[in-house]
Amino acid sequence: MSDTFDRPDAPPGPGRAPILEPGHTFASVTDKISSIVLRGRQPLFWLVGFFVAFLLAMGLLVSLGVLLLRGVGIWGINQPVAWGFDIINFVWWIGIGHAGTLISAILLLLRQQWRTSINRFAEAMTLFAVACAALYPVMHMGRPWLAYWLVPYPNSMSLWPQWRSPLVWDVFAISTYATVSALFWFVGLIPDLATLRDRARSKAAQIIYGMLALGWRGSALHWHRYETAYLLLAGLSTPLVISVHTVVSLDFAIGIIPGWHATIFPPYFVAGAIYAGFAMVLLLAIPLRKVYGLEGFITMRHLQNMAKILLATGLIVCYGYAMEAFFAWYSGNTYEASMLLNRLKGPYAPAYWSLLLCNLAAPQLLWLKRVRNSPLMLFLVSIVVSIGMWLERFVIIVTSLHRDFLPSSWGMYTPTFWDWSTFLGTIGLFLALLFLFIRFLPMISIFEMRTLVPEAKIKEEEA
Amino acid sequence: MNNGAPGVPLYGLMAEFTDPNDLVAAARRARDAGYKRMDAYTPFPIHELTEALGFRRTKLPLLVLAGGLLGCATGLFLQWFSTAVHYPLNVGGKPLASWPMYVPITFELTILFAALFAVFGMIGMNGLPMPYHPVFNAPRFALASRDLFFLCIEARDPLFELDKTGRFLASLGARAVSEVEE
Repeated sequence: MSDTFDRPDAPPGPGRAPILEPGHTFASVTDKISSIVLRGRQPLFWLVGFFVAFLLAMGLLVSLGVLLLRGVGIWGINQPVAWGFDIINFVWWIGIGHAGTLISAILLLLRQQWRTSINRFAEAMTLFAVACAALYPVMHMGRPWLAYWLVPYPNSMSLWPQWRSPLVWDVFAISTYATVSALFWFVGLIPDLATLRDRARSKAAQIIYGMLALGWRGSALHWHRYETAYLLLAGLSTPLVISVHTVVSLDFAIGIIPGWHATIFPPYFVAGAIYAGFAMVLLLAIPLRKVYGLEGFITMRHLQNMAKILLATGLIVCYGYAMEAFFAWYSGNTYEASMLLNRLKGPYAPAYWSLLLCNLAAPQLLWLKRVRNSPLMLFLVSIVVSIGMWLERFVIIVTSLHRDFLPSSWGMYTPTFWDWSTFLGTIGLFLALLFLFIRFLPMISIFEMRTLVPEAKIKEEEA
Repeated sequence: MNNGAPGVPLYGLMAEFTDPNDLVAAARRARDAGYKRMDAYTPFPIHELTEALGFRRTKLPLLVLAGGLLGCATGLFLQWFSTAVHYPLNVGGKPLASWPMYVPITFELTILFAALFAVFGMIGMNGLPMPYHPVFNAPRFALASRDLFFLCIEARDPLFELDKTGRFLASLGARAVSEVEE
C-alpha cells in the first residue's frame, strides 16, 4: 500500500496533493525562495509580527535584569514547589525543538521526500526553541554567572561535576543537541548560501553570503562528500534527539517523588515532545505558506502528513496518561494513589482536566479527513495541543511537588507577574529570531527543492 | 570559444549544459575518452554523476567513526578519572567506578565528537573555505547554483589539448564551451 509509507513516487491520487506543485523548474524554485530574502521588502505581516515579538523579547531582558538584581525570589517558586515556571517552560521549549530534528533527520533516513520543504524552518525552530529552553535552568540556578561550574575543567577547588546526577546529564544532552542541531542546520544551508551569494545584487549581501557559503561551487566531488556527511549527521541526530528528552525525563523519573518515579517517563516524554513540536511546526507553517504564497511548496499533502503524525503521537501521549494512572493504582503505593486523587480532585484539578481536554479529546478531531484538509482547523487544533502540552508539564511538576510526603510541608504554587513576563518574553525571543531568520535566510531548502523538480530525475540510458 | 588574455595560465575548458541528463551522458563519454582530471558543477547533488566521473568512495565515514570512538573514550575516561582517581568519594560504600551512571554522558560525547568530525571533516576534505577558485571565472558560472550544469576538463589532464578537447566537449551537446583562466 503506497498510502502507508507515503512513497514519493506514489501518484497523487484523488484527494492527495502533490509534494511540489506541477510546473516548477529549477529556476522557478530558486527564484521563488531566494526572492523572499533578496527582494528586501517584507509584507506587513513581517513588520507587525517582528515589532510585537521584539517588544516581548525586550520584556524578557527587563525580566531577566530584575531577576539578576533581586534573585529568584521574584518568581512564585517556594518550598516545596522549588521547580515552577522555569522548569515547566524549559521542558515545554525543549520538547518543541524535537519536531525539527525528527523532520530533518528521521524523515530523511526514512526517505520521506515531503520533509524537504519544511525541514529548514523546522530546524530553525529547533535552534530557537533550544535557545529559549536553555535560558531557564541557567537562570533558575540563582547565581547564573557561576553556570560554568557545570562544565568539567581543572579548577582550583579541585571539584568535578556530579556525573551521577541527571541534571549534569542534562547539561551534556542539551549542549550536544544545540551544537549538533546548529551544525546540521548550517551544513544544510551551505549550498543555499552559495545561491544567495550568486543571486544577490548588493555588494554587502554578496560579501556576507559569500563568506558564509565558504566558497561552495557545487563540485560533484564536493556534493558526494556533502551528501555522505549529511546522511551521517542524520544518523547521528536520530538517537541524539531521542536521548535528549529521555535525559530530561530522567530529571524527574530518577527522583522518588510520587508522580515522577515511573519507568514510562522516557518514551512518554519523547512522544510528547514530538507531539508538541509538530503542533508548533503546523502553527508556523500555516501562516507562512499563506503570507509568502508558498502553497506550491508546502502543499496540503504536507499539512495532512503532519496532522497524521500529530494524531499518532497524541495517542501515544494518551497511553502515557493512562499508564501513569494505572501504575498509581496498581502499585498499591499510598503516596502514588493520593497523588492521583490529588490530580483528579485536588486544588489543581482544573489544570489536569483541561490537560485531558486539550491533549486527549482535541486531537481526536484529526481522525476526520475534513479536519486534516482544513488549514484553519489544523491551526486551531495545534494551538490547543500546544496549550495542552504546557499544562501537562505544569501538572507533572506542580501537583507532584506541592504535596510533600509530610502534610506539614504541603504548600501551594502561584506564578507571579515575573513568571509570566519571562514566559512571554521567551515566546517573543523565539518569534523575533524566527522573523529574522525568514528575512535573512531561505526558509525552504532550495537545493533540495530542485531535486523534487521532475527534470532532476536522471534517465538511465542503457541500463 | 573566446580567447583568454595572453600569458594567463589556463585552468581548463568549461562546457555548459541545461539538462542534467546531458551532463551525466557527457561525463560518461569524457571518462570513456580517457579524461581523468575533470569535475562537474551542479545546482544539486546527482548520484549518477559521481559514478560517471569515476569518484571512488569517500573516507569520510571512517573519519566519523574515529570521531565517535574518540568521543566515547573521552567520556568514559573523564568520568572514571574524576570519580575513581582524582577525587574518589565514598557514598554509602557504592563502587567508585559506577559505569552504568557514566552511560548518558559517554553517549552524548560520542555523538558530539562524531558530528563535529562529520561536519569539519566534510568541509576540510572539500578544501573549504576557499573564497577564490578559477571556475568562478567561467561565464554564467553564477547560474551553477540555479539551473545550469557544467563540466570542466582541467588543463593538467595528460590528454588535454586546447583545440581537440574543445571540439570534443562541443560534440557532447554542450550549449557553450569556454576557456577558464587560472
